[in-house]
Amino acid sequence: MKILVCISNVPDTTSKINFTEGDTQFDKNGVQFVINPNDEFGLTRAMWLKEKQGAVVHVVSVGEADAEPTLRKALAIGADEAIRVNAKPTDGFYVARQLAEVVQKGEYNLVIAGRESIDYNGGMVPGMLAHLLGMNFVNTCIGLEVDGNNVKAEREIDGGKETLSTTLPLVIGGQKGLVEESDLRIPNMRGIMMARKKAMHLVEPVDAPLRTQDQKFEKPAPKGAVKLVDPANLDQLIDLLHNEAKVI
Amino acid sequence: MSILIYTESENGKLKKNAFELASYASLLASTMSTDVVALAIGTENAEELGKYGVNKVLKVSQSELNTFNAQAYASALAQAAQSEGATVAVIASSADSKYLAPLFAAQTNASYVPNVVEQPVSTSPFQVKRTAFSNKGFAITEMSADLKVIGLASNSFGLVESGGNCEVVDYGVNLSDSDFKTKSVEVDKVVGKATIADADIVVSAGRGLKGPENWGMIEEMADVLGAATACSKPVSDLGWRPHGEHVGQTGKPVATNLYFAIGISGAIQHLAGVSSSKVKVVINIDPEAPFFKAADYGVVGDAFEVVPQLIEKLKEFKAQNA
Repeated sequence: MKILVCISNVPDTTSKINFTEGDTQFDKNGVQFVINPNDEFGLTRAMWLKEKQGAVVHVVSVGEADAEPTLRKALAIGADEAIRVNAKPTDGFYVARQLAEVVQKGEYNLVIAGRESIDYNGGMVPGMLAHLLGMNFVNTCIGLEVDGNNVKAEREIDGGKETLSTTLPLVIGGQKGLVEESDLRIPNMRGIMMARKKAMHLVEPVDAPLRTQDQKFEKPAPKGAVKLVDPANLDQLIDLLHNEAKVI
Repeated sequence: MSILIYTESENGKLKKNAFELASYASLLASTMSTDVVALAIGTENAEELGKYGVNKVLKVSQSELNTFNAQAYASALAQAAQSEGATVAVIASSADSKYLAPLFAAQTNASYVPNVVEQPVSTSPFQVKRTAFSNKGFAITEMSADLKVIGLASNSFGLVESGGNCEVVDYGVNLSDSDFKTKSVEVDKVVGKATIADADIVVSAGRGLKGPENWGMIEEMADVLGAATACSKPVSDLGWRPHGEHVGQTGKPVATNLYFAIGISGAIQHLAGVSSSKVKVVINIDPEAPFFKAADYGVVGDAFEVVPQLIEKLKEFKAQNA
């Protein structure tokens, strides 16, 4: 089994979001970047497949040079090699097209991506990649068992879960549930030292159209002050919800 | 030229989000001087879409499509987009629609933008407003391909009755074996209970409840309101509640009419995930809890005292307003 884990380099979940250059760019100033959480669950699941079933695990990111520390962290967690496609990831289809090239050249048969990145929330790269490669696809994947070419996968659906049977080659859009939060790995010193010697391949992008382009960003309107209700007067809360907010 | 919508059904009946898509597409169709065509798979009450402005329904009744299959449904949608000459397609934000959307968009060389919160800012060039950065911001995004696929954020437009009758035509889809390489084996779903994706009201609780044994009152409150239950990330990480209930940046987004946060302090990741909800009520013993700054209504008090009283008062209210 040859696994490619796709990694987005995203602002830490606690980041304050600001925009710059006339609200046309995300302001990276003072922001810490991390492995996209949905991808990190997938990376850990890939480590288990490496340790228990002898899979080879490579990681890839479509990003500029500032994505390298995040890829290096994935190597320190245990991935064997890293690939960076040297391009700014602004459009989902464009990114999928770049990844398709990497998957074809590297002959991977399992591609693990996150169901969405927590920055642009497009949620489209795994599905588009599967289509471009003619691979099977499971989204919002919360369970994955691989036996030869046969795969049993679980996906989260609204109000429950669905069990699916499919085969390799496969692309998944993963999330929490692939492994638990407590299973996530923090790189240890040995891992960090070893990661320095592992290969970081630099690949130039192929031509692909941008089908979407962000023109401008906005921040949400500031919120009005909360109306506090005395716990001894909950009738007032019901009155407000019924007559003012009109939601019950 | 037309606007195509994919309307979801459950047990043969259209889901509420189907009517929201129809309402949204109907207004857009009047802006663009075109018609709305719906693709409805395994739907018994397709004619009801007329009331929300749909002009024509393509009704698919093939038995191999009785169970949702993302690839096969995406292929069906792609065929409909072509046969109807669609220039815009609108789909929902459910788990199923978000599963098929990128397959459909890639198959049709479309521009796809999910989490769109309002009518397009402009139709030439075609620009939409969507949430980004997990609801901490918005982006105005231009879509340049011939077919534009809009993923409409849940509960962002509402239902608008505008039209009257629609034409319902039987529609056959050409499918191949390659559409069914991934098969559904089993669906494990709570029946008869509102889900976070569909519910008008969500009752959510956090670590302030001290342990999983105390969720009885949360479930009771949800039952009284016909609401779905949800929880914060630590609660799901601790295994007190199932993953499917975790709402927030790395869990499910919530875009409901009314969101109760009980014993949830309001970490920035949680607030991001629930910020699209219209009205937020916070019950927390700590007056400094950050959630109060993001809430519309708040009660500073002990959840173990406030919630049982609130349940009794809600029961009275429901009895009077039944």
